[in-house]
Amino acid sequence: MLRRLAQSLFVIAAMMVIVFFGVYLIGNPIDILISPDASLQEIEDTKIRFGFDQPIHVQFLQFVGNALQGNLGRSFVHGESAVGLILHYMPATLELAMLGLIFAIVLGLPLGVYAGYRAEQWQGKAIMTGTIFGFSLPNFWVGMLFILFFSVHLQWLPSTGRGETVEILGLHLSVFAPGGLKYMLLPALTLALYKASLVARLARAGTQEALLQDYVKFARAKGISESRILFLHVLKNILIPIVAVLGLELGSMIAFAVVTETVFSWPGMGKLLIDSITKLDRPVIVAYLMMAVLIFVTINLVVDLLYTWLDPRVRLIGEPS
Amino acid sequence: MKTVHKIRWMLMVSMMLWASASHAKDLRIGLASEPSSADPHFHNLGPNNQLMKTIFDPLVDTDDQQRISPRLATSWRTVTPTSWEFKLRKGVKFSDGSAFDAYDVIYSACRIPLVKDSPSRFTTYTKAAVRFEVPDPHTLIVHTKSPYPLLPVDFSTWGVISAKANGVDGKAINFTAEGCGAIKYPESAEFNEGKAAIGTGPYLLVSFRRGEGIRLKRNPGHWGPAPAAETVIMKALTADGPRVAALFAGDVDLIESPPLQDLERIKANKNLKVAQGISNRVIYIHMASGMPTAPSVTGTNGKNPLADVRVREALSIAINRDAIVSRIMGGVAIAAGELLPPGMFGAHAAGQMKPPSFNVDRAKKLLADAGYPNGFGITLGTPNDRYINDAQVAQAVAQMWARIGVKVEVDAMTSATFFSRRNKQEFAVFLAGWGSGTGEMSSPLKALLATADKNKGFGATNPTGYSNKALDEGLTQALQTVDDVAREELLRKTSRIGMSDWAIIPLHFEVTPWAMNSKFNMLPRVDQHTLPADVTFSK
Repeated sequence: MLRRLAQSLFVIAAMMVIVFFGVYLIGNPIDILISPDASLQEIEDTKIRFGFDQPIHVQFLQFVGNALQGNLGRSFVHGESAVGLILHYMPATLELAMLGLIFAIVLGLPLGVYAGYRAEQWQGKAIMTGTIFGFSLPNFWVGMLFILFFSVHLQWLPSTGRGETVEILGLHLSVFAPGGLKYMLLPALTLALYKASLVARLARAGTQEALLQDYVKFARAKGISESRILFLHVLKNILIPIVAVLGLELGSMIAFAVVTETVFSWPGMGKLLIDSITKLDRPVIVAYLMMAVLIFVTINLVVDLLYTWLDPRVRLIGEPS
Repeated sequence: MKTVHKIRWMLMVSMMLWASASHAKDLRIGLASEPSSADPHFHNLGPNNQLMKTIFDPLVDTDDQQRISPRLATSWRTVTPTSWEFKLRKGVKFSDGSAFDAYDVIYSACRIPLVKDSPSRFTTYTKAAVRFEVPDPHTLIVHTKSPYPLLPVDFSTWGVISAKANGVDGKAINFTAEGCGAIKYPESAEFNEGKAAIGTGPYLLVSFRRGEGIRLKRNPGHWGPAPAAETVIMKALTADGPRVAALFAGDVDLIESPPLQDLERIKANKNLKVAQGISNRVIYIHMASGMPTAPSVTGTNGKNPLADVRVREALSIAINRDAIVSRIMGGVAIAAGELLPPGMFGAHAAGQMKPPSFNVDRAKKLLADAGYPNGFGITLGTPNDRYINDAQVAQAVAQMWARIGVKVEVDAMTSATFFSRRNKQEFAVFLAGWGSGTGEMSSPLKALLATADKNKGFGATNPTGYSNKALDEGLTQALQTVDDVAREELLRKTSRIGMSDWAIIPLHFEVTPWAMNSKFNMLPRVDQHTLPADVTFSK
């Protein structure tokens, strides 16, 4: 546990250095933020106000000093604290990723188990062919097609944005807002497609293997119905690898849903990241990537805990068995 | 009996709902870029300024051609060469009910240099004022250090906020150019939350949520004509494809800058239409003519070929502007012969300052005369995501220059990198654009062609070393001439000095398109602003 914490801290520190100097090399944010009408004097004053006149190592030390006190700086573009800005965009991404995850499980798991059960028949093969599409079609293209078909052609679902939100425990969420789900359906499905295919493939492989096990034969001999065997006994035994993979995928869905968020103009963190990169908003980029590391670390921890719950044989290292 | 009543009631409700849905005067706009704040003084940039003009009012208005007209001030005149008198509109109320007077203008001018964390302050447009005088609450006299004809234009760029609404007694403010003493000002965040967003403009701010959208409703207490739409929702749809898709899907009624390649498809749809108008932005190529050695130039033995006026002329006339306009810009641009489109203040009338005529033979001869019969090599820097089809235009120019023997390598990059490198003088030639913020000729001349001089505030975007004494003098004189007719003539003359010295290569003026549902009408503006108050309903 302690070692893992140290590892994460190292990753965060490395990230800070790489991003800080990387963004510095691209250019000076004032060059794109300031009005073209500003005079040379005003441009210089603004650079001094933001501290860009200092040599880079001084800027970096100042940044580290503030970061150690929990202050990751203020956005150059918005004049708000970088962390506050990320927290503002976070609920939108979280709810989209959660819905995407639910879609991935609800679609992928039953299909995969069924495909494993009927591996040699046409149903199983059809499902497997379907997952190949899910894997290989690029995210943005699927999103565009969804928009073209469901929004432009049929006009059933909105193509962009988030719709109404309601405030729950201080978070602005649209899942619970009237009509909010309508806005989430297409982006969440787009996000889920790849994950659902992944889950289906894992579930199929696991099911095929499990069906040969003694406990299945025994259950069948006992006269338990096929569906109960499949969706209770087999499912329980194949979940561990799926949970591990989904954990990582959830992390990437939260941290890097950039493409989907851009296609659907979903106001999430991914869009904030893209906008910040194009405007060289260094504090936001650094804070964002540090947040991403934090999310991955947390999810890995949760996944480990889920393991022990799903399979009592797994023990966290150091815990007395 | 009861059920009948129930059914009738339900019918009534559904009729009402239907009626309100079809008669709702809503306007939903898809913005190409999001304002960074609702604070009118936070960031001097297009998206913020159009929101400012929707919630707040500046003293002076600019029309679709960027000519100045009355807004919060009903008239203005010069009293002495260094003082301007503004007569203010009476009976104007801020949305909190407080009455507007001259002290609110002073309060706003006091706040502008103090806005915290602002990446681009409006001080450019307030620093000319050194002293204010208020003979009566609806008369404001502004004193400047030297004669300053652009004062009304400057005062058309920033919005007026209320002193009273922020708990400040305007009469007690002691304005000096160094500051106004300790006065309470609202924070930028308070505008975004809506608390401080108290203006006199045509719309009231309902909510400002980053990423999700800006909601506005009609200001019932607005002094001017009521805008057509009752409620306005503005959403930032920054990616081109999704923005156009949202229009086709009916999720928004109007979008900014549809990509040129989609214009035909939009026009072909009977529910949609396109409005387009010339902008104040010229796309130009600037040349490092004033540097001893130009970076990236090869085959000249270290000499800077751009220092020779014949080379500059050759490069300009080797470009077929009409071909660029028709092939690359899809006809949605106008070839340029100077830095401001005809019809705007200080520009020549249409046809008087034609684009240089395309002539490859003469260009070759000029190069040979200058001592470069075999041409030379050069790198053309350009952004690839800032102006309409910018990198493609640069590619076309490179090919045209190749025909006169100038071997060009195009270095295209994202604007964040481009502007930093350009300001560090890393390009011998670069493609960029200039929108005249003041709507008149002194803006491009001052920024692009005048000799870079920090004290005078000249040449902020002239990283080429170009320096022309006659041009500097003409501009200085124009900027001190208060009489409009004389000033316009001086500006034209100064523009001619620059163009005949081939100081810069104007390529074309951008034409700004908007796409919208046919239900709506919108007058295109040269400043490229999308103002909800200007959108009307057809029929």
